[in-house]
Amino acid sequence: MNPKPVNWIENAAGRRVPDRVNGEPVVPFQGVGKYKPQGRTAGRPIRVCQDYPGDGDKRAPDLKTALQRCGLKDGMTISTHHHFRDGDLIANQVFDICADLGLRDLRWFPSAAFPCHAPLIRHLDSGVIHHIEGSMNGPLGDYCSRGHMNGAAVLRSHGGRWQALQDGEVHIDVAVLAAPCADAFGNCNGSDGPSACGPLGYAEADAQFADHVIVVTDHPVPFPCTPWQIPGQLVDYVVVTDRIGIPEKILSGTTQLTKSPDRLRTAELIVRFAEAAGLIRDGFSFQTGAGGTSLAVAHDLSAMMKEKQITASFYLGGSHALPVQMMQEGLIRAIIDIQAFDLEAVRSARDNRNHISCGPFITYNDHGKGNLNSLTDIAVLGATEVDVEFNANVVTHSDGRLMHGIGGWQNCVHAKTTVLAVPSFRDRMPVIVDRVTTLSGPGELIDVVATERGLCINPRRTDLLQAVKGSGLPVIDIHDLHRTVLEICGGPPDPPKLTDQLIAVVKWVDGTVLDSVFGISRKV
Amino acid sequence: MSSAGRHGNGVRSDCRIRFDADASGVQIDIQSKVKSLYGRQIEEQIRDDLKRMGLQKARITIEDAGALPFALSARLETAVRRAGVTVKSPACPEQRIQPEASPKQRLRRSRLYLPGNLPHLLINAALHEADGVILDLEDSVSAGEKDAARVMVRNALLAVDFADCERMVRINQLPMGLEDLEWVIPYGAQLILLPKCQHADQVRQVVEKIDALDPGYPVWIMPVIETTLGCFHALDIATASDRVASLTLGLQDYLADLGVPQTPEGRESLWAKSQVVNAARAAGLGASDAVYTDVSDADGLRQYALQARQLGYEGMGCIHPRQIKTVHEVFRPSRDEIDRAQAALRAYDQGVAQGTGVTAVDSKMVDAPIVKSAQKIVDLAVKLGLLDADWRTRDNRSRT
Repeated sequence: MNPKPVNWIENAAGRRVPDRVNGEPVVPFQGVGKYKPQGRTAGRPIRVCQDYPGDGDKRAPDLKTALQRCGLKDGMTISTHHHFRDGDLIANQVFDICADLGLRDLRWFPSAAFPCHAPLIRHLDSGVIHHIEGSMNGPLGDYCSRGHMNGAAVLRSHGGRWQALQDGEVHIDVAVLAAPCADAFGNCNGSDGPSACGPLGYAEADAQFADHVIVVTDHPVPFPCTPWQIPGQLVDYVVVTDRIGIPEKILSGTTQLTKSPDRLRTAELIVRFAEAAGLIRDGFSFQTGAGGTSLAVAHDLSAMMKEKQITASFYLGGSHALPVQMMQEGLIRAIIDIQAFDLEAVRSARDNRNHISCGPFITYNDHGKGNLNSLTDIAVLGATEVDVEFNANVVTHSDGRLMHGIGGWQNCVHAKTTVLAVPSFRDRMPVIVDRVTTLSGPGELIDVVATERGLCINPRRTDLLQAVKGSGLPVIDIHDLHRTVLEICGGPPDPPKLTDQLIAVVKWVDGTVLDSVFGISRKV
Repeated sequence: MSSAGRHGNGVRSDCRIRFDADASGVQIDIQSKVKSLYGRQIEEQIRDDLKRMGLQKARITIEDAGALPFALSARLETAVRRAGVTVKSPACPEQRIQPEASPKQRLRRSRLYLPGNLPHLLINAALHEADGVILDLEDSVSAGEKDAARVMVRNALLAVDFADCERMVRINQLPMGLEDLEWVIPYGAQLILLPKCQHADQVRQVVEKIDALDPGYPVWIMPVIETTLGCFHALDIATASDRVASLTLGLQDYLADLGVPQTPEGRESLWAKSQVVNAARAAGLGASDAVYTDVSDADGLRQYALQARQLGYEGMGCIHPRQIKTVHEVFRPSRDEIDRAQAALRAYDQGVAQGTGVTAVDSKMVDAPIVKSAQKIVDLAVKLGLLDADWRTRDNRSRT
């Protein structure tokens, strides 16, 4: 598939990256905000309404028929979305059908993959799927890391996925969109029905840019489906099936407040820091995600806002019960949301007009007329590793194995103040390291690394360093913390044992190649 | 074939090590989640430890969930000892700091109990800023793991950074507790909690044993009074030795002895609590209350601590780090303590200005540990708003 030789270049972040990936030319990372492509955005082909049923009934008898009617061919790109998270029942069916149809060398372009997609490994083995461009975690990440996939994975942020479609880097031939509620015309939403998942933000890109769009639902409603997040004007076929997702896995249990004393301490330090730095003031905005530490941050923040009678202008989702409650209590004016993590968020997105459902174009896209992320005052995020230059890794573990998707992480680091909440080490694995195994975000965008041992403030942020002086907060030089961690863990770890096979690239939010991921030695 | 340690679901920062002496040379099999990062170092450490223990032949199997070096050595030594092998010299990690005595009258508002056999709870214990950490060998360690806990606690005392926390160890009831002392006294323990203490003689036995082990500095004793008889002997116990620094009590055993359940009002333990704190004060010591056992009940904890403070206690035990903040809020330093600390620091400043290292307030010597503890009280008072940060220049008195 790749007749031209690959040249290796050192990009602006000092990382060795290829100039071609899966045979296609790519642009190396040039620095934050440096790469500005020209031209017009990509689009779908023009369609005429005469080619669609006059009565608006676009139902196909089953998914196989719908896929056949889309004219699927070898080598095409099929996309799905991840709003059902580990409870998705559709992506696997799509590729089982493709295998039945004898198709080969397909590209799967999901907004994210989950452990429930492990059955796709046999289609990767047999060549039905050539490679995946989407988050690679769990069993698929392991498969990819061991060098078994035919092509290299391309890892993008949620905003980067939109950018890739919009800039014409990736073209979707067929998008299969599971929708919890849809009418026969294809109007659909995520708020109602047995598989309700809340906003369908990630699916918006697929609906807009794919040549063909199939909506699959297990909750058909009479026209018009209200409200519609995705309009039927973008939809070719509607398939009604028994079940599209497993509800208890759709609303994952990530929204539990942590009991870990170390994480609670980290959360407390972050809130005290935000207060000391003057970030918590009337009209501020924040994003804390749904991890254990982040949730504890939101919890402490809520108490402080009540006490000081402060109202936030917006909370950037994914959302869950806590920000919803804060909005009900008048502590947050609006929630801007791509996805819901629990039933409370699903309900709120459906019933509350200040809970805005939208796609990554609105929230995360670098190539748009403005950036909501840079409007956000504080973002609290995680990482698998952070180095002494504040560079962070979210996609691989220290041993080089692909483990996590980028999600919205790369987009969110554009916040005015980005805080990474991480333990300084996990068991015997240093998290504060000399040099990150894989670069997912440049250190110049990371302002604070918050750990159980104290806060490391990026020396570039002299304003923050000045602001926390005399606050009594434990502020540590990141080099000192690194030394402490190595002392605890028993010296520096050995470098990861990697092969020279490129198994994935990490794209930056602008579509340039930020880093390469190599295979792990099979002996490990 | 013997084994030590834990591995499996939910186990972190620990490992299970199997040892078989029936081997030709040293064979090491490592399964570890950090094998690619630290596999080589783990193997080197095991070889060094075996050499130190005097073993030329061993078959070692390690199932590791990210144990830190001190825990790895502890599990190895325990497995070897369990096989009945006499070790030449123990698998001790390098000593981090030169141990020294803690000030006898130091701040003891909170002491955090830590099960001695669970390394993952020991590693970051000091971060929660309790005044003391208790490495427990007694009730939180099952009968079959007492040997493993001794080795783990010894290695933790040597290797883990407990920062400004007083390093306390709760030994087992005597006579087993006397043997426990051999595992902790030479390795940096600063205070021994003596459980189920009923007689002054038990204190003297512990002091005698500590002296025989010759740590090079006074190790303090905090007798735990947990029986009705112990309550009657509280003053004898408090005055049994000048090494007794504080008294505390254990309510669960006391109430079992009395045969009544614990109530939120605590009338059933009022006499015991008053008795113990009064005995301590009569002997010129402080006293520290028992623990509050419902970790999730923050209001209950505050009420409990307030009652203890009203009775005269200067602190209490904590079974979870999240209790510490509340306890510290309740047991703020008194005006008297702050005044004394200010006086000590002023005297010290003057001493430094005059070029003398040691100085005195009234007739009491002010040396480095006193200065350190005085500074801590003053810092705390400033932090709590009881004293202005510039008190040195303003010469004002503390507010209460």
